Amino acid sequence: MIMTIASIMFAGLFYLAAVLFAGGLAYRIRDYARTPAPLKIPTTPAPLTKGGVALRMAREVVFFESLFKSNLWTWGFGWLFHAGLALVLMRHLRYFIDPVWSWVAFIQPFGKYAGLVMLVGLCGLWARRFLVDRVRYISTPSDHLMLALLITIAASGLLMTFVSHTDVIGAKNFFRGLMHFGPQPLPGDVVLMLHLLMVAVLMIIFPVSKLLHAPGVFFSPSRNQADDSRDKRHLSAWAAQLEAKK
Amino acid sequence: MAAEIKAPAYRVFPIAPAVQPGAMAETKSFVASDKIQEALGFPGQLVEDWHDRAIAKMGDLLEKYRSFKVFMDACVHCGACSDKCHYFIGSGDPKNMPVARQDLMRSVYRRHFTLPGKYFPKLVGARDLTREVLDEWYSYFYQCSECRRCSVFCPYGIDTAEITMAAREILDSVGYGQKYSNEIIGKVHKIGNNLGLPGPALADTLEGLEEDVKDACGVDVRFPLDVKGAEVLLVTPSADFFAEPHIDSLIGYGKVFHAAGISWTVSSMASEAGNFGMFIGNYEQLRKIALRVREAALELGVKRIVVGECGHAWRVAYSFWNTLTGIGAGADDPYAIQLQSQLDHSYKQPMHICELTWDLIERKVITLDPEANDKYVVTFHDSCNVARGSNMGDFFGGQFEIPRNIIKAAANHFVEMADGTTREQTFCCGGGGGLLTDDLLDLRIKGSLPRMEALQQVVDEHKVNFMACICAICKAQFTKVLPYYGFDRRVVGGVHQLVSNAIRLGDK
Repeated sequence: MIMTIASIMFAGLFYLAAVLFAGGLAYRIRDYARTPAPLKIPTTPAPLTKGGVALRMAREVVFFESLFKSNLWTWGFGWLFHAGLALVLMRHLRYFIDPVWSWVAFIQPFGKYAGLVMLVGLCGLWARRFLVDRVRYISTPSDHLMLALLITIAASGLLMTFVSHTDVIGAKNFFRGLMHFGPQPLPGDVVLMLHLLMVAVLMIIFPVSKLLHAPGVFFSPSRNQADDSRDKRHLSAWAAQLEAKK
Repeated sequence: MAAEIKAPAYRVFPIAPAVQPGAMAETKSFVASDKIQEALGFPGQLVEDWHDRAIAKMGDLLEKYRSFKVFMDACVHCGACSDKCHYFIGSGDPKNMPVARQDLMRSVYRRHFTLPGKYFPKLVGARDLTREVLDEWYSYFYQCSECRRCSVFCPYGIDTAEITMAAREILDSVGYGQKYSNEIIGKVHKIGNNLGLPGPALADTLEGLEEDVKDACGVDVRFPLDVKGAEVLLVTPSADFFAEPHIDSLIGYGKVFHAAGISWTVSSMASEAGNFGMFIGNYEQLRKIALRVREAALELGVKRIVVGECGHAWRVAYSFWNTLTGIGAGADDPYAIQLQSQLDHSYKQPMHICELTWDLIERKVITLDPEANDKYVVTFHDSCNVARGSNMGDFFGGQFEIPRNIIKAAANHFVEMADGTTREQTFCCGGGGGLLTDDLLDLRIKGSLPRMEALQQVVDEHKVNFMACICAICKAQFTKVLPYYGFDRRVVGGVHQLVSNAIRLGDK
C-alpha cells in the first residue's frame, strides 16, 4: 500500500497531538505540584489521616461523591459519560497492543455498548445547558463546542462499530506504525478520519482547557488535605520566610 | 432614601429561584477611606496603574496559592454549585451563583494567563480587566460570605471563598478596599479588638459582669483580665464583652471555669478572637492578628489556649494558628517550639470552649440541670466556618456532635432543622465573611432566607423558641434580621447561654 497525503498528515497530526498532550499535561501537573498550599483548607468534615484522604479522593474520582450530593441529574449523566468513556478507552487498547491482552478482549463486548452509554450521558449534559436557566447562564461557547466535539467522537465511533464498519486492521496498523516510528497508511474512510481528527483536537486542547479538571481534582487542597492542623505544623516555604524576617 | 428593606417571601417549593440578572448589581458596601487603607499599608485610593498592578498581583497569588491556581483551571461549568449559595437563593442574581462569582475572576484569568483566552477570548468567556469589571469584582466579591457551602458540592472541591479572598486581596492592593473589614482590622492593631474597646473599659466591663453574676446567682464568678500564670488564656470575640446575646455565653464560660476550678484569664492585648485578615485574604494581616495571641500566651505564661464562641475565629484557630503562630503541636522548628513547650499537651491546643465544656461534662467535673432550660425548645444552627472549616474533638464530625451533646445535656427539648440545612450543608447566617455591616443590610436579609425557612419549619412543627449557635457573627446577624421575618430577636442565643442557665455552681 502507498502512503497517501492524508496518511502522512494524520501521522504528523498524531505525533504533534501526542507531544502537546503529554508535554502540556506534564507541565501543568508539575506546575500544580510545585505551587505551595500555604494554609490547611480541607472542606470539613475531612478525613483525619492520609489513608482517609486517599479514600475520600477515590470516592470523589470513581463515584463523584460531591456531585452526587449536589444534583442527581448532573451526577447521573456525568457519571454515565465518564464511566462509558473509561470503558471505551480501555477497549481501544486493542488498537495499540499486540497481542491483545486477555482482559481487553474480555471487555470488548461491554466496551462497544459503553459508547452508547457515553453518548447518552453527553446528550443529557448538553440538554442541561439549554434547559436549566442557571446552567444556560454560565455556559460559554467553548462549553458547547467541547460537548459537540465529544459527541462527534462518540457518534463517529459508534457509526463504525455498529453501522458502517471500518478497516480496523488497517487502523491498528496505522497506530502500531506510529508507535514504532514506521508510519503505515491510514484506511481511506471518511468517518474514521473524522473520528481521529476530533480525537487529535481533543488531545491538543486538553492541557489548555477545562479538561484540566482531570489532573486538577487530585491537587485540590479542599479535597486532598488531611484534617490534622492542630497536630502537625504545616508551613510553606514562603510563609516560613516571613518567620525568618522577625 | 432607599425604599424600605423587606424580607423576601418564603419559597413555596424549596428549589432554586429563576435567574434575575442584575438583581444585586447596585449592592455595594462602602469603600474604605484613605486613612483606613493606609493604616493597613494599602494604597489610600485606586492607583493610576491599577490594571497592571491588579494583573501582577493576580500572577503573584497564582504562584503562592495552589488552591487559587487549580480552582481557576478546574471548573467545567457543570452547575453543581449554582443553586447552593444562600445569596443566590435569596436574591436570584445569577452572579451570586458560586460558579458565576468565580467566573468574574476566571474570565480575567483566562484572558491574561491562558493561551485560548489570549487568542480566542470570546470563545472561552475571557474578558479584559476594565474599570467596569473591577467595580463588578468589588460589588460581588463583597456579596460572598466565604462560607464554603459551594465547596461541599463541587466535584473538584472548588471553594469560592478562596477566590473571593484572592479578589479582595487584589482589590486592596490597588487601593479599592472595603470600609467595614479594613476599619475593623485597623482597630485590632490599634486597640486590641474589633469593637475598639480599650483596656480600661474592658476591665470595667468584666468587673461589672462579676457584680451582675453575683446579684443574679449569689456566686463569686470571676472574669479575670491579664492574670499572669493563669492556666487558661481565653480568646473570645469582643462582642462577648457587651453585645446581646453574646454576653450570656461569656457568663457561661466564666461559670464553667468557676465550677471546674480552672484558673483562667482574658488578655487585653489579645482581647479579640476574630481575625478579619482571613476575610480579606491577606496572609500578612491574618498572621499579624494571630500573632497577638502568641505574644499574649508567652507573656502570661498560660498552659492552655481556649477559644470562645466565634465561627471564623475557630477556623483560624483550629486550621491556621499552628501554621501562623505555632499555637498547636508537632512542630520541630525553634520558633514554634518556644511556645509549644510552654503549653500542656494533655489538652488539644488550641481548644474550643465547647470541647472544654463537653470534656468536663463527660468526666462529671461539672453538672448541668437541664430542667433549667425547660422553657426552651432548642434547635442548633451550625455556623459555616465551624462546620466546613474546622473540627472539634478527635473524631470525624466532632464539630457537629460536641455542641449538640452540650445542648442535650443542658436542655431537655432539642430538635434538628431539616436535612440539607444543617451540619456540612448548613446555610450561612447571611452576615459572615466581612458583610456584617448595615450598608449591606438588604443582602444580609436576603441571604438569611434559607436559614429562616428552616427555622420557620421547626417553629411551626415543634414550637422551637431558641436557636443556639456558636458564632458571634451569627448571633449579631440573626439578632438583626430575625424581626424582618417576624421572629423575636431573642430566639437566637449561644450554646453557653444554655450552659449558663443549667450549670450547678457548688462552692468549689
